[in-house]
Amino acid sequence: MKKKMTDSPLGLTLISVFLGLLVGALILLIIGYNPIEAYKVILMGIFSSPRYISWTVIYATPIILTGLSVAFAFKTGLFNIGAEGQFIIGALTAALAGYYVPMPALLHIPFVLLCSLTAGALWGGIAGYLKARYGVNEVISTIMLNWIALYLNNYIVLNDKIKRPGSEATNKILDSAKIIFFDTWKKSSEGIEFRKAHPFWGDIFRTPANAGFLIAILAALIIWIILKKTTLGYSLKAVGFNKDAAEFGGINIKASMINSMAIAGALSGLAGAVQIMGFTREASALSAMEGFGFEGISVSLIGAVHPIGCVLSGLLYGALKYGGSKIQPAIGAPYEIINIIMGTIVLFISMPKLIRMMKLKKQKERI
Amino acid sequence: MILESIAFLLGTTLMYATPLIYTSLGGTISENSGVINIGLEGIMFMGAFIGAGIGYYTHSGWIGFLAAGIVGGLFGLIHAIACISFTADQVVSGIAINFLGPGFALLLSRLMFDGAAMTLPLPLDEKISRPLNGLFQQNSFFDMILNRYSTVYLAFLLVLVVWFVLYKTRLGLRIRSVGEHPEAAATLGINVYKIRYMSVIASGVFAGFGGAAVSVAIVSQFRITLISGQGFIALAAMIFGKWKPQGAMWACLLFGLAQAIVVFMPRTGLDVSSQLLSMLPYILTMVLLVLFVGKSVAPTADGKIYEKL
Repeated sequence: MKKKMTDSPLGLTLISVFLGLLVGALILLIIGYNPIEAYKVILMGIFSSPRYISWTVIYATPIILTGLSVAFAFKTGLFNIGAEGQFIIGALTAALAGYYVPMPALLHIPFVLLCSLTAGALWGGIAGYLKARYGVNEVISTIMLNWIALYLNNYIVLNDKIKRPGSEATNKILDSAKIIFFDTWKKSSEGIEFRKAHPFWGDIFRTPANAGFLIAILAALIIWIILKKTTLGYSLKAVGFNKDAAEFGGINIKASMINSMAIAGALSGLAGAVQIMGFTREASALSAMEGFGFEGISVSLIGAVHPIGCVLSGLLYGALKYGGSKIQPAIGAPYEIINIIMGTIVLFISMPKLIRMMKLKKQKERI
Repeated sequence: MILESIAFLLGTTLMYATPLIYTSLGGTISENSGVINIGLEGIMFMGAFIGAGIGYYTHSGWIGFLAAGIVGGLFGLIHAIACISFTADQVVSGIAINFLGPGFALLLSRLMFDGAAMTLPLPLDEKISRPLNGLFQQNSFFDMILNRYSTVYLAFLLVLVVWFVLYKTRLGLRIRSVGEHPEAAATLGINVYKIRYMSVIASGVFAGFGGAAVSVAIVSQFRITLISGQGFIALAAMIFGKWKPQGAMWACLLFGLAQAIVVFMPRTGLDVSSQLLSMLPYILTMVLLVLFVGKSVAPTADGKIYEKL
C-alpha cells in the first residue's frame, strides 16, 4: 500500500508550509494588501537575481547551524533553548581569535573555527553538566546562560582595550580569518575587471558570499553520520528515546547528557563563527537577543529534527527572511507577516493530528 | 541615607517583580494542569502592545490592561486548542506562540500607529493609578517602597487568589489531579479537557496582564525591546518556585531585587560594570538551583499528551 503523505515528516512539513503561507495570505488580504502581489515580491526578491540568491544563502547559513544544534539536542532528549547564548559566545570568540592571533590564512581559518567550536561546546556543556550532576532543568539553565552570554559579550566588547574606537564593536577580524570568497581579489583592479566582464559572478561577488554555507552543509552531513552510523550517536539517541532503558542497557546517561549539550553548543558556536568570519567581521554590543537561537528552534522543527531537513528548512527560513524584507519598501505591507507565517507553520507542524484529520475528512468527502 | 537606599531597593524590586509575578502565575496554573506553556514570552509581548495600544486609544490604562488579559487569553486558547484537542507537542506549540505574539503585536502596531513599531505614549493621568499616592510624605521611607501602581498590589493579591484556588478549592484539586494523573482524574468523572482548557486560557490571561503591567505602569508605551526575555524569566521563576504560586512569587521578587541592584549601583558611586551586574540575577538563579532545588518536581503529567480513549 502506498504510504499516506501525512504519515511522513516531509508530507506534514509541506502541508504545514502551505497552510502557513495561506494564513499569511489571508491576513494580508484582511489588512488590505494583495497577497498575490506580496508573494510575487517575495519570490522575485529571492530568485530574480544571482545577488538575491546569494543573500538568501547568507541569511540562511547561521540559522541552519543553530537549527542543527537544536535538532541534535532534541534527538537526544534535551531541549536546547540556549543556542542563542552559544551563538553569542562563538561569535565573540571568533572576533577575538580572528583579530588578536595573526596567522597565515591556511591555519588561521581552522584555528578560529576550532576556538569558536570549543567555546560553544563549553558554554553548552555547562547546561549539560548542571543537568547531569545536579538535575537542573536544561530549559532554565540555557535561558539563564543566554542572558549571561549577552552581558558577557557586551562587557568584553565595550571594554576600552578591546573596543574599536568610536564604535560599539570589536576590531574587524584580519583578512586571514575571513571566509568571504575572494574578498581582497574582488576589490583589486583585476577583480573589478573580471566582475565587469562576467555579470553573473560580478553580481554574486557584490554580496559577502562566503564559505559558511559549505561549512553548514558539511556540519549537517557530519551530524547525520554521527547520529546514523556511530556508537556515540546510537547511545545518545537511545537516551533520548528512553532514558531508563538506555541506562539499563549500560549507557552512561550522565555523560551522554553532557556530550549532547556540548555538541549542540559546538554547532551553535560554529554558527556564531561563520557569521563573523563570513559576514559581519566584528562582534558588536547587543541591546537584545538577535534571534538566531530561537530561529534555530523553528528551523529544526520545520526540518523534522533531521540534519538534512535543517539545511532545507534553514534555506526556506533564510529565503522568507530576506525576500520578506522587501515587501515593506515595495508594497508597504508589514514585514512582521513573515513572523506570523513562520509561527503558523510551526503551529501546524506541532499538530500532526489536525492535519491527518483534515486529510481524513477530504477522503470521506470523496466517498 | 542607608534607610533611603533600602527603600529605593525594595520599591524598585516591587516594580520589576510585578510583571514577572503575573506571568509566572500563569505558568503555574497551566503547568499544574499538565500543560507546559513556553509561549508566555510571546503572549507577554502581545499583552504589552495591547495594553499600551488600547490604552492609548481609549485613554485608559485600565481598559488597556483588561484588553491585554483578554487578548492574552485568546492566545492561550490557540495554545489550548493545539495542545489539548489536537495533541500537539506542547513545547513546539509554545515556540509557535512565541513567533505569533510578536508577529501580531508588531503588525497591529504598524497598522494602528502609522507604520511605527511602537505605540504613542500614554499621558501620565491615563496610566494605571497609584492608590497610595499622597498617603505618605513624599520621598519618605514608606512612600518610596509602597507608593506603587495598582498593578503591583493586584499582582500580590492574585498570588493569594491563585494559591487559595489551587490548594483550598475543589477546582484547584481538579486542576492538580489533572496535572498529576489525567487518566485517574477522568475515571473520577473530571472533564480533563475542560479543566486544561480553562487553565491554559488563564495562563494566557495572566501573561497578557504581565505584559501590560510593563507597558501601562512601569513605562507608558510599547516598544520592541520592552519584553526581551521576561516571559522566559517568569517561566524560570515558576520552575525555581517549584510550580507553586507562592514559590514563583519569591523567585520573581529575587529577580526583581537583582534588577533593582543593577539600577541602584551607579548611585553608590562604586565603579562596578553595569554589564557584569546585569549578569547577577541569572548567575544567582543558577547557583541557587544547584544549591537548593535539585531534581525538578514538576507535576507528573506536565507536558504529557492526554487522549480520551
